[in-house]
Amino acid sequence: MSAPAKLQEPELARRHRIGKVFEWLCCGSTWFGLVVLAVLLVSVLWQALTWPAPKVKPGASGPTVAKAEDSAIPLSKQFFTNYDSRHPRRAGILAPIWGSLWLIGLVALLSVPIGVGSAIYLEEYANEGHFKRLIQINLSNLAGVPSVVYGILGLTAFVRMFGLFGKGGKTLVLNLGFTTLDVPLPFERSLIAGALTLALLVLPTVIVAAQEALRAVPSSIRIASYALGATQWQTIRHQVLPAAMPGIMTGVILALSRAMGEAAPLMMIGALTFIAYCPGEITNVGDIFRNPHGLVDAPFDKFTALPLQVYNWINRPQADYQHVAAAGIVVLLTILLLMNTAAIVIRHKFQKSTRW
Amino acid sequence: MSLANVASPLTPPKVGLRLQKQFSWVRAREAGVRAVLVSCASLSLITTLAIVYMFFTEAVYAVAPGSTAFFQDVSLWDFLTDTEWSPQFADKHFGILPLLCGTFVIAGIGSLIGLPIGLAAAIYLSEYAKPRFRRAMKPVLEVLAGIPSVVYGYFALVFVTPYVLRPIFQSLLHIDVDIFNAMSAGVVLGVMIIPTVCSLSEDALRAVPRGLREAGYALGSTKYDVSLKVVVPAALSGIVASFLLAISRAIGETMAVSIAAGQMPRLSLNPFRSMETMTAYIVNISLGDTPAGTIEYKSLYAVGFTLFLITLGMNVLAQRVMKRFREVYE
Repeated sequence: MSAPAKLQEPELARRHRIGKVFEWLCCGSTWFGLVVLAVLLVSVLWQALTWPAPKVKPGASGPTVAKAEDSAIPLSKQFFTNYDSRHPRRAGILAPIWGSLWLIGLVALLSVPIGVGSAIYLEEYANEGHFKRLIQINLSNLAGVPSVVYGILGLTAFVRMFGLFGKGGKTLVLNLGFTTLDVPLPFERSLIAGALTLALLVLPTVIVAAQEALRAVPSSIRIASYALGATQWQTIRHQVLPAAMPGIMTGVILALSRAMGEAAPLMMIGALTFIAYCPGEITNVGDIFRNPHGLVDAPFDKFTALPLQVYNWINRPQADYQHVAAAGIVVLLTILLLMNTAAIVIRHKFQKSTRW
Repeated sequence: MSLANVASPLTPPKVGLRLQKQFSWVRAREAGVRAVLVSCASLSLITTLAIVYMFFTEAVYAVAPGSTAFFQDVSLWDFLTDTEWSPQFADKHFGILPLLCGTFVIAGIGSLIGLPIGLAAAIYLSEYAKPRFRRAMKPVLEVLAGIPSVVYGYFALVFVTPYVLRPIFQSLLHIDVDIFNAMSAGVVLGVMIIPTVCSLSEDALRAVPRGLREAGYALGSTKYDVSLKVVVPAALSGIVASFLLAISRAIGETMAVSIAAGQMPRLSLNPFRSMETMTAYIVNISLGDTPAGTIEYKSLYAVGFTLFLITLGMNVLAQRVMKRFREVYE
């Protein structure tokens, strides 16, 4: 029966050929992303593990002697324990690591309760009406606002506080019982200003993710809870939220990993990049117990963060710093990869165990 | 007619026993929780209002006494038509055109690369790929989307320009390629928007019902015909929306372009020279210690406002397209 088909459709072979070419094109496009990712990772890793070959200048008095404190490769053990340095081979990443950790912690503290609260209101309380529609439209528009605009907002609202406190600013002294807390107003270029800015940036993402997780909880759970006499908040607190938790956690971790990689808003609020101390002078976990006052002071210290430090190194003229930047990128990508893996693991684990 | 006259089981009886809500701590807590949640949800509205207020007072009309906003010092006409952008020079010019030009050249190169590749990948994943391949490929795209833009900027500067652009354009075609150039920024921008285009378009393609494809095959179409002439047109609204969102993201992208494209505001279409985008200008002005209240400082808000309006416009357009031209299938 194949012969008549050929007679009816002399073009068929050509059409199949076109189809095949198209399929290969599409397949190639799909692989393109993977290939670029591989090239990117390999080139960054290669740069992070080697120093550039020294340029031998004619007439120079021999190669410069390597000093004992210089590291053998950019991504060495020293790299994690040193502060930034004017000598590329002694530059380290201690301050930006602690800065980024503080930042992520504060962003999580600020954005998770507010984001989940908004999602609960929108999904569980709000009626289908103008207010809910307004907030939904507003959220989808906020999600599309470029991060640098959030940076401008942070600069105006948190660093300068719209100029409300005059030229010199004020200091608010809070008594916490065991210690006093000096809050500079406006916040200037402190960790808390950066954290507030990033919290606003990730809030739409967190809200949308939490909404999806809440929507996935079947309404029979809620109705069963009401039937047993629980109030609305008791139902949410004890039934809906625990059921939606894995979904919320996944969304939150992904949103935080985005905040971790953002540099533009932090540059806008003027986070310094040459910093030789950690927020609250906490340089390892033990310091938290030795110097608990540092925990309270840290949010109002100046800071730097991983992506900022990387940007700063990229912009320096010496070739060695490009390799230091690569080492910083490896650290940053490793942390992001760990966060993403955690999100995927949580998603998988609970997908299997939850059964309605 | 007042409501009280209507006999309804919902209205309390007028005489006799009057039912009243009794105060209880449980009820008080319910109301309290609700109030807290409403204020959480309102915060996103406050954010938007703060952004609008900030741009308005710093760029359009100053409220604080004794200060002026950007457009009270520089006329809107000069801002839109002057072909020079030199706020830091003695002879100050505030023409947004060079920055707009840089932004659109770079976003255009990115779109030329990212949109077709993203769409083709979406077609492959939705129409051709086996489920296992798709499940393996999706996380790769997620990782690609999760890489910080600083890293892409580094990649453009350290890899794309010296190892891709210079061998092709400088050695073979004898076109000078600056170390900072719009092309490398555009290329990495294209890679950055692939995941956005791919995942949104794929959702749209997969929403097209199977019946349409089968009808196509029944009429003797090949897989190519079905994919390109049936499924893609049926999902066109979603695809266009994904394109618009991707372009808006490309316009708002900051770190990659400010690292790779340099800081030279230039009104030209040569992609091998250094250019400055609106976003790059905004971060660069914030790097220097520009005191608040100067005209350079206020120019930040004017450029930011322009950027905000452009991206907002594109996002609203994308939502409109989604809503208006969506084909609804049962």
